[in-house]
Amino acid sequence: MSDLNLKHIARLARLHFKEDELKVFEAQVAGILKLVDELKEVNVDGVEPTSHPLDIKNVFREDEVKPSLPIEEFLKQSPRSRGRFFEVPKVIEDK
Amino acid sequence: MNFAEKTINALADLYQKNSCTQKEVLESLATAVKSKDRDSRQIHAYIAPETAQPRHRKADKSSKLWGIPIAVKDNICVEREEITCASKILKGFISPYNATVIDKLLDAGAVIYGRTNMDEFAFGSSCETSTYGPTRNPRDPECVPGGSSGGSAASVADHTAVASLGSDTGGSIRQPAAFCGVVGMKPTYGRVSRYGLIAFASSLDQIGPITKDVRDSASLLSVIAGYDPKDSTSADIPVPDYTALLGKSIKGFKIGIPKEYVEGIDNPELRKKLVEEPKKIFESLGASVETVSLPHTRYAVSVYYIVAPSEASSNLERFDGVRFGYREAGASTLLDLYEKSRGTGFGAEAKRRIILGTYSLSSGYYDAYYLKAMKVRTKIKQDFDQAFKKVDLLLTPTAPGGAFKLGEKSKNPLEMYLSDIYTISANLAGVPALSIPGGLIGEKKMPLGLQLVGKPFDEATLYQAAYAFEQATDFHRQLGNVK
Amino acid sequence: MSAQVIVTIGLETHVQLKSRTKIFCSCAAEFGSTPNSNVCPVCLGLPGSLPVLNRKVFSLGLRAVLALGGTPSEVIKFDRKNYFYPDLPKGYQISQFDHPLGRGGFVEIDTPTGVKQVVLNRLHLEEDAGKLIHDNSPTESHVDLNRAGTPLAEIVTEPCLDSSEEAYEYLTNLKAILKTAGVSDCDMEKGHLRCDANVSIRKNAADPLGKRVEIKNLNSFKAVKAAIEYEVKRQAEALEKGEVMVQETRLWDDTRQKTFTMRSKEDAHDYRYFPEPDLVPFHLEVSEIEEARKSLPTLPRARKENLMAKYNLSEYDARLICADQEIENFFEDCVKIYNDVKTIAIWIKGSVFAYRAENSDEFKKFGLSRLKPQLLVQLIGLVDAGTLSLQVAKEKVFPEIVRGFSPAQVVKEKGLTQVSDTGALEGWIVEVIAANPKVVEDFKSGKESAVMFLVGQVMKKSQGKANPGMLGELIKKKLKEI
Repeated sequence: MSDLNLKHIARLARLHFKEDELKVFEAQVAGILKLVDELKEVNVDGVEPTSHPLDIKNVFREDEVKPSLPIEEFLKQSPRSRGRFFEVPKVIEDK
Repeated sequence: MNFAEKTINALADLYQKNSCTQKEVLESLATAVKSKDRDSRQIHAYIAPETAQPRHRKADKSSKLWGIPIAVKDNICVEREEITCASKILKGFISPYNATVIDKLLDAGAVIYGRTNMDEFAFGSSCETSTYGPTRNPRDPECVPGGSSGGSAASVADHTAVASLGSDTGGSIRQPAAFCGVVGMKPTYGRVSRYGLIAFASSLDQIGPITKDVRDSASLLSVIAGYDPKDSTSADIPVPDYTALLGKSIKGFKIGIPKEYVEGIDNPELRKKLVEEPKKIFESLGASVETVSLPHTRYAVSVYYIVAPSEASSNLERFDGVRFGYREAGASTLLDLYEKSRGTGFGAEAKRRIILGTYSLSSGYYDAYYLKAMKVRTKIKQDFDQAFKKVDLLLTPTAPGGAFKLGEKSKNPLEMYLSDIYTISANLAGVPALSIPGGLIGEKKMPLGLQLVGKPFDEATLYQAAYAFEQATDFHRQLGNVK
Repeated sequence: MSAQVIVTIGLETHVQLKSRTKIFCSCAAEFGSTPNSNVCPVCLGLPGSLPVLNRKVFSLGLRAVLALGGTPSEVIKFDRKNYFYPDLPKGYQISQFDHPLGRGGFVEIDTPTGVKQVVLNRLHLEEDAGKLIHDNSPTESHVDLNRAGTPLAEIVTEPCLDSSEEAYEYLTNLKAILKTAGVSDCDMEKGHLRCDANVSIRKNAADPLGKRVEIKNLNSFKAVKAAIEYEVKRQAEALEKGEVMVQETRLWDDTRQKTFTMRSKEDAHDYRYFPEPDLVPFHLEVSEIEEARKSLPTLPRARKENLMAKYNLSEYDARLICADQEIENFFEDCVKIYNDVKTIAIWIKGSVFAYRAENSDEFKKFGLSRLKPQLLVQLIGLVDAGTLSLQVAKEKVFPEIVRGFSPAQVVKEKGLTQVSDTGALEGWIVEVIAANPKVVEDFKSGKESAVMFLVGQVMKKSQGKANPGMLGELIKKKLKEI
């Protein structure tokens, strides 16, 4: 994979890498991608993709309210919270 | 007396005869874990064994698993228990709920005791990527126990657990069971609820039992299997009593050996122990053994290393340092918070898989990688459908050999990935597969695993065949699993 | 507008579906609860939790597809849309990519050149994100996940709207359809209907479509209209100046009434859609679809046509009346007991609508429950019989009957009966003539319109009670006597 832009992919995945780490990874990931390139030789014309190994359909739950989780207890283990909220550095840009 | 040396069924007998109390069992278990797990061999099957607390629920003494302690892999949620997937990013995370399998075990009277070590987020085949350090193989501490459920397999083999739960995405129950000389079952996809199993690859993951013998495996699966309304992908199919057919003759069983699995085994001793002798034993039991073909086998590893990391890259996005888990101190922007927390919180293998998966799904590559892999996955599944028109079950090695040495493959991810070559297809096709001790090799008599692969939801046939083989060969006794 | 341009608009509307619980978990889908009180392992995105689709959400979505004339897909499945944001707990949104719940359909709107079908591309289901609160602290943002997992239907039009008026009209009609079909309360204040608009312009019809600008943060129909108008103007000016247009996303600032560009993201969007492995595919049997179709009420468009055909109403009147089910029912009840359809329509369009507009709180509370059809019909009867002048009926009596009082009683108690007694009328006329000598001269010099003025004066003097029909002749007679 000559066009492997690891920095772009790392940004998409929100992963920080040190420069030297990046180099090792680049080689390793390229090696794996070379292996999976063998899939090109398989003819899959007219083959449906399998995203599920089993043929299950139409699974629902009923529209009934069940008790929620008491957040006070959970917030104690949150890395940062304020009152009943989770807290993050100010988000400047909007979505 | 160390009650952890017992099998589930032997211990149940003792309870029945009032030969021991739950208190005695748990005390002896705690002693065994504390004295053996961190002795000079440094097996390290458990995470924080000193803090392990038994968890149980009121249950009738006649319940199936009354008083049976079960060790649980560190990726299955237990209420009010720390659960980390052996990752720094989850250290300190306390689950506010039970996985469905845990509820089922507690309802059946079982006692949850101890968290077992694993490869970080189940990414690995050697149990070396844990943030807590590696687990070692009790059969030979120089060797890995296999992975990712290495701690679950090692604890059972080392008699620091009666039985345990693992999870299997590409062989993570079967390969360590093979390396440690115990029995590991990956059930049909949808047989056991995944609710509360911290997802690695959602379309491949299954929870399953790791036990000292086949009967224990059948007993444990009978309890944890079944439909769960909290898991859309669990099958609404009745659960049979998997112990019912044990001991019944397998005369007339048709067993297939896939030629693609065995044609590359050049080592004559391995060939003899993993192919020829098992074939003879099954034939002597009245089964017919024939060669079958699974022509797309050679692509399984490639398909797996696209599908599994892709799903994983998405499943691991929730570990972002916002609501729980590790957050890098001093991040002043949101981007910084994400990148630093994840960059530091995840280990190298996790990062490698996230990168691989993100790449496979990214714009411009989706069709060539992910979509293509899902189509080849269909071909692999069709191979099994074809084979099962001819035979009742398949017989293959679980791994290309016995346990390898610590550090032997950890520098080369690709070589590590290829050690799952025999186990991956069953996950891709969703079929059940079981690893049992199939032979012993070398001076140290290291165990070799034999894999039986069955039709979807036909775990009962696998157990019937595996039990017949176990009784005929006695490897479980030679290994000291059953004394 | 700086120059004549061709405008092309597409709308993406997010509608909150009317279920009790969230789309993938059993937490209440409530507005205005204590922060982070309607949360559970699933909607908090805790490790190990799994989504299960709410049956009600699915059936409401299906109703919406059918109400909009769309076709449910053969295979329906969900996909993950991956991006990191603090209001998105799992790091991905469960949405639908290539197999949405439904495709196609249309919403009919009235334009100056006739009826137009706004063609829909698709309707898909997805989960809402949580909420970020920015104004608690200058340095931190706060996350409330009550809204995370609220069920949404996203309805996407083709780029086929030509003006801000059409967009407004489309949204009005879409809302009426969804409300009538019972799939959403469409309460704008609770954010039940939110909109993104894609706007592009070009100079000539032969030119390719211009670069598409997506405007987000549109929380009212007015905002949609204003934002499109602002954006068209901005783009047209840029085009005039020869600037190169870029495809971008802009935010609407409702206070400043302008759009502004979002700071470009550090990376381009790449949502890495792939099939959600935690959910299974869905398939609808033809019988289920037909059953759902049969259970739909008559929708606004069909109701309008019914009214026009049945009562010979103008299109305009019919549309106004059927825009609100309660008004329509009221109209039909009135018509049943009084056959002057035109007069009833006039009263509804005039007095009833004015009352609704001016007393919105009261109207929200009581609607038309206290104004019985009989009361309005009685009032019209009093006017027809000459007992009451139209003016008094409107100004003095109507405000009482909407509160449930009988018109006859009001007239009696307040002494509002129309005065048709010649003597009494002449008394007022004499007074008015005496007070307006200049008008009398105008009349004498031939200005007939002076009479009308005097009629008005008498009406005023009589507090509307004088019978206006009798006044003209009487005033002329008096003037000639002078």
